[in-house]
Amino acid sequence: MTVESTAARKPRRSSKRASAAGKPQSSEPQLVQLLTPEGVRVEHPEYDIDLSADEMRGLYRDMVLTRRFDGEATALQRQGELGLWASLLGQEAAQIGSGRALRDDDYVFPTYREHGVAWCRGVDPTNLLGMFRGVNHGGWDPNTNNFHLYTIVIGSQTLHATGYAMGVAKDGADSAVIAYFGDGASSQGDVAESFTFSAVYNAPVVFFCQNNQWAISEPTEKQTRVPLYQRAQGFGFPGVRVDGNDVLACLAVTRSALERARRGEGPTLVEAFTYRMGAHTTSDDPTKYRHDDERQAWEAKDPIQRLRTYLETEGHADAAFFAALEEESDTLAKRVREAVRAMPDPQDMAMFDHIYADGHALVDEERAEFAAYQASFAEEGK
Amino acid sequence: MAVQKLPLAKALNESLRKALETDPKVLIMGEDVGKLGGVFRITDGLQKDFGEDRVIDTPLAESGIVGTAIGLALRGYRPVVEIQFDGFVFPAYDQIVTQLAKMHARALGKIKLPVVVRIPYGGGIGAVEHHSESPEALFAHVAGLKVVSPSNASDGYWMLQQAIQSDDPVIFFEPKRRYWDKGEVDTEAIPGPLHTARVAREGADLTLAAYGPMVKVCLEAAAAAQEEGKSVEVVDLRSMSPIDFDTLQTSVEKTRRLVVVHEAPVFYGSGAEIAARITERCFYHLEAPVLRVGGFHAPYPPARLEEEYLPGLDRVLDAVDRSLAY
Ligand SMILES: Cc1ncc(C[n+]2csc(CCOP(=O)(O)OP(=O)(O)O)c2C)c(N)n1
Repeated sequence: MTVESTAARKPRRSSKRASAAGKPQSSEPQLVQLLTPEGVRVEHPEYDIDLSADEMRGLYRDMVLTRRFDGEATALQRQGELGLWASLLGQEAAQIGSGRALRDDDYVFPTYREHGVAWCRGVDPTNLLGMFRGVNHGGWDPNTNNFHLYTIVIGSQTLHATGYAMGVAKDGADSAVIAYFGDGASSQGDVAESFTFSAVYNAPVVFFCQNNQWAISEPTEKQTRVPLYQRAQGFGFPGVRVDGNDVLACLAVTRSALERARRGEGPTLVEAFTYRMGAHTTSDDPTKYRHDDERQAWEAKDPIQRLRTYLETEGHADAAFFAALEEESDTLAKRVREAVRAMPDPQDMAMFDHIYADGHALVDEERAEFAAYQASFAEEGK
Repeated sequence: MAVQKLPLAKALNESLRKALETDPKVLIMGEDVGKLGGVFRITDGLQKDFGEDRVIDTPLAESGIVGTAIGLALRGYRPVVEIQFDGFVFPAYDQIVTQLAKMHARALGKIKLPVVVRIPYGGGIGAVEHHSESPEALFAHVAGLKVVSPSNASDGYWMLQQAIQSDDPVIFFEPKRRYWDKGEVDTEAIPGPLHTARVAREGADLTLAAYGPMVKVCLEAAAAAQEEGKSVEVVDLRSMSPIDFDTLQTSVEKTRRLVVVHEAPVFYGSGAEIAARITERCFYHLEAPVLRVGGFHAPYPPARLEEEYLPGLDRVLDAVDRSLAY
């Protein structure tokens, strides 16, 4: 992690106080791991998982297709087909691991980067692109796959997730809710308030923080002085840090947290320790604040490569499997590319649609005025 | 060199640099304002030159940013806060409205709150949701706040320094679609007062009143109207709270017609306030009702529709015609 230059800073009372209050994040955290970066399976006393070869190939497939979809979206942005794209490159294990831990009746509240979780929920990936192309502000019915709309205002959705989970508990249902957010989001008041509410009401919600080390240009040290998972303790529920590049560990830890929620034992904070390998979004320029050697160090921990090594050494997947998957990726990319290019611009009048469920006189009036105004050009053109 | 041709973004950057140089109590605070220089690069290079103690990368917490700026101001500092985008000011809205705006009055004038909140605002850049809003009326409605918006590089340079020097909290709306427009900046000029309006173009038949991003559109509309033989005056209000009604009244008494143009929704917007006041002041001079052109009572639409939503040349000219038809 890039250490900010402190040379210009005089030692001051305030900075001494700050360091007395808590140690800065350690760069080698204690984290739950089931698969090392070298692809070696390891045991963990609390968390384990027993997956068939087929299930593991499934996780691998999910990660590969998600990465390919994400890469295609980045390319489409570069070609001017999308206005913006927020890539998940490097975060595939955190998203697929947690996403595959969910049951159909669980509910997901994402940020704007949860393309892998959306994939696990069965949301058609082309639906995710509408808002980045600028043709809509959502693009899917959240209730079809229990996958809520993307949320751009940082942290807001954690409260929605908590409230939804409070409703689940009131209904006596045994499903759970998961809220995704970033390390930067952990600084928002809404996130702290969601921790408070979920603890007080024992809401069946899992807070899944993808600590990808950066909030645009600000490293995690600019958000917190203690490892994020430790925050939970102060609110009265457990926090656990998992290797976010280890899909097996992410699956095991999330599954356990969801089960705890289902049993009525309340929230859990999962901190998936991972890394954003690309830029924050396609409009960001990480060279202004980040060293490339940091990225290289994380590339060695690549979530996809480590599972591949494991599958190969255990003989769980053969060359034919990888070749078929490659072909499937190409097909997906092609489908996405064609779907985006074919995506029509919305009709002018669409901006007056769905503003109110019961209608509104002013909207009706403005719609009619605007229609007449547009029509006046058509007449002139005659 | 005193006169330079600068894009608005660079003029703002130079203005902040000048403020940091002039007054050691001035602080810059916000998300990504340091190494990155802000997402629009308005603070580019400032942390490098003034250090992390004066150009402060804050946690990602808008309520925290404004709330601590209030505390720093109480301690004698002059924080200039950057909110990354218009749509993200709302986590801080509580601190701005319930605290920042009222403290001076509550303390019987004994304390000062020289906090500037800079907000890149408005549409026209093809952004995603929450990145194109025009919430100025929500702030202008609150007593205790001053609300201004430059429309060009020179005003960007001068108004920002004046806002920083003001002992009152100033909400400083920066028209982001104009960041890259160049204009002449005379760094040795003696600027007019922060809250006076400026006649940006003289005319005789009708007055267009605008601020921020819409001034350029109105100037273009006036030029187009000229070709049709109509003489349109353009007033750049520059300040939305207070509003320089005197300058506007003088203009309307001359032209007898007024069209107010802004990007924000018309309903309950600043145009409504201006129309009402000018009607009170100029009732017997007006040849037509004051008309308003602005956004609809609809959420800011997805980028591919924003050209339809935003008042453009045609919609302004259409209103000019309607007014002149009375
Ligand atoms: C309330 C709010 N403030 C600022 C922003 C602008 N912004 C968008 S993403 C981002 C950084 C988010 O970092 P983090 O929460 O760590 O998530 P990441 O994108 O790294 O996954 C910022 C500051 C925003 N979207 N919402």
